[in-house]
Amino acid sequence: MGQQFVQHLVELKRHWALVSALAGRELKGRYRGSLLGFLWTFLNPLLLLLVYALVFSVYFRVQMANYAVFMFTGLLPWIFFSQALMEGTGSITDAGSLVTKVLFPQQVLPAVKVTANLVNYILSLPILLGFLWLSGVSLKWTLLAFPLVAAAHVLFTFALTLLLCAFNVFMRDTRHILANLLTLWFFLTPILYPLSQVPEKYRMLVYLNPAAVFTLAYQDLFFWGRWPRWELLGVLVLLSLVLLFVAVTVFEHYKEYFAEKI
Amino acid sequence: MSENTVIEVSGLGKRFRREMLSRDYGTWKSLVIRPFTQKRKRDYITVLDGVNLEVARGRTLAVIGQNGSGKSTLLKILAGIYKPDQGRVQVKGRISSLIELGAGFHPEFSGRENVMINGTILGLSKREITERMDHIIAYSGLEDFIDAPVRTYSSGMYVRLGFSVAVNVDPDVLLVDEVLAVGDEAFSHKCEDKINQFRRSGKTICLVTHDMGAVEKFADEVVWLDGGCIAARGEPRRVIDAYRQKVAKDEDTIRRSQCAEDELEKDRWGDGDVLIKAVRLLDGAGSERAVFQSGSPLVVEMDFARQRPTDDLVFGIAIHTAQEVLCYGTNTHLEKLNWTDFPEKGTVRLSIERLDMVQGSYFLDVAAHAKDGRAYDYITRASSFAVRSSLADVGVFRPPHKWELKAG
Repeated sequence: MGQQFVQHLVELKRHWALVSALAGRELKGRYRGSLLGFLWTFLNPLLLLLVYALVFSVYFRVQMANYAVFMFTGLLPWIFFSQALMEGTGSITDAGSLVTKVLFPQQVLPAVKVTANLVNYILSLPILLGFLWLSGVSLKWTLLAFPLVAAAHVLFTFALTLLLCAFNVFMRDTRHILANLLTLWFFLTPILYPLSQVPEKYRMLVYLNPAAVFTLAYQDLFFWGRWPRWELLGVLVLLSLVLLFVAVTVFEHYKEYFAEKI
Repeated sequence: MSENTVIEVSGLGKRFRREMLSRDYGTWKSLVIRPFTQKRKRDYITVLDGVNLEVARGRTLAVIGQNGSGKSTLLKILAGIYKPDQGRVQVKGRISSLIELGAGFHPEFSGRENVMINGTILGLSKREITERMDHIIAYSGLEDFIDAPVRTYSSGMYVRLGFSVAVNVDPDVLLVDEVLAVGDEAFSHKCEDKINQFRRSGKTICLVTHDMGAVEKFADEVVWLDGGCIAARGEPRRVIDAYRQKVAKDEDTIRRSQCAEDELEKDRWGDGDVLIKAVRLLDGAGSERAVFQSGSPLVVEMDFARQRPTDDLVFGIAIHTAQEVLCYGTNTHLEKLNWTDFPEKGTVRLSIERLDMVQGSYFLDVAAHAKDGRAYDYITRASSFAVRSSLADVGVFRPPHKWELKAG
């Protein structure tokens, strides 16, 4: 079983050229034919920021310094997470003839969605940094922790996507359930509100939420200028590895039936 | 597996779960209740059962069979898309499958970009594709459109591009599923050339097709799949003949059951003094048939019953095409038989020694009438039959003939 796990990852690495080619196509294809083209990669988060800033700073008047940019810090990673999950969950079922008519390394498909959305996320970071700077939030050395936090974040996202895309082949409800769960999950994660707003006795529950762990870490290193809580990140990585192991096992066990089920 | 064997299949079995649309996919409930339980046996359809195959290097194998006989499933298992439920499958070397051409093409991307991706999907490295790009484009004949988005391509162009990538992958084993039929004349010649080129260079090919002409042209060996089992295997001519006979026989059964249903279409008139009780079409061996090979014997039998004594009685038949063209008609009076002393009940037989007609569907009229033409019982479309032929000559009648060529 452990061998299978390693083999799956080795295969994925072997097909890295294919993953990057397909992810590149995904990114380019997203805005193909539109007038502004790739500019949308930057425009989308920018416009989103403006919408949230309008609602929460002007209408809602949240009493918190630099609230808009605080919220934006947590929102960008969430968009990556939820988009990758949503698209990744349908990646096998939507692939059509790639699965049913040619011999194709299927584990590449969810990886493509995660990669494409990761690239999108990274490309939106300059906008975040620009806004942090504009809002007068001083950027600190803690930014150096970004690759580590992002790695834990990606690992968790990838593991969950891999598991759900296999589920979705056999139960098409998965995607729809996920869409609704993500909305709930979004509000349970301290993105729109700082952790301090959560009553003391419920804080423990927040830490049990993997999405909260990476969200808080990002907020720490970008917004608060402090080092993230390593012990929580460590637990997230461990949890992600266990999840990945389960996901690979399920995926490998069922992948030979994918072609018949689609 | 011997040195020279490239494809080896032993005891291959494959079944699919019978899926009903209402319960197409499992539900969360069933997942919770019985997450890993095996599905019950009656839910399965066996598609392949105990198939054994061996193909030596450089040989071309054709797989023939009726729709649903498991041909495509076999090919998909060879390609590694489906996993066998029983038995073993081994294929040596790089496989290129022409099962679906242009799988994974993205409509918004140009032909060139899609070649790049499609090549990667088929297992080429970036460098290999770049090296072959010009050749692939030239081979597809789409130089003028290669930078246009694929969504603007006609279906023929799409297939040509897909084919061009697939055959330039330089496979050791080529799996072809009925793709040669698409595309225009020039393209199908190109396909034929390519297949011949593959054969010359010693590649192993496995071909699934309904085009018997192609089978005869390319195959070294033919496997006929019937209901998931190998019905016959061997030298092309022999297997094709066996297959054709089986198809004709099946068609015969269907046609006869339809004849029975088509009772209404008949037009029947006459005063009923003599009634035609039954009409049978028989082959040379005397068994009832509705499909005949061109040039084989045909016997028409009519059972009659006299309601009123008369000796003024003529029997006749006429053969029409489906377009109501009269091919042949005759009767006992025209042929000056002048039969008398008819029994109360009896049977009239007309034996045609050679049914020299071209392939097609024909209708038979039968009649019993008086010499002056007054009908006792006249049945149009009393029966129908089909003529099958391995030649594609046209018209109605095939006079026995031969061609000769003389110098000077």
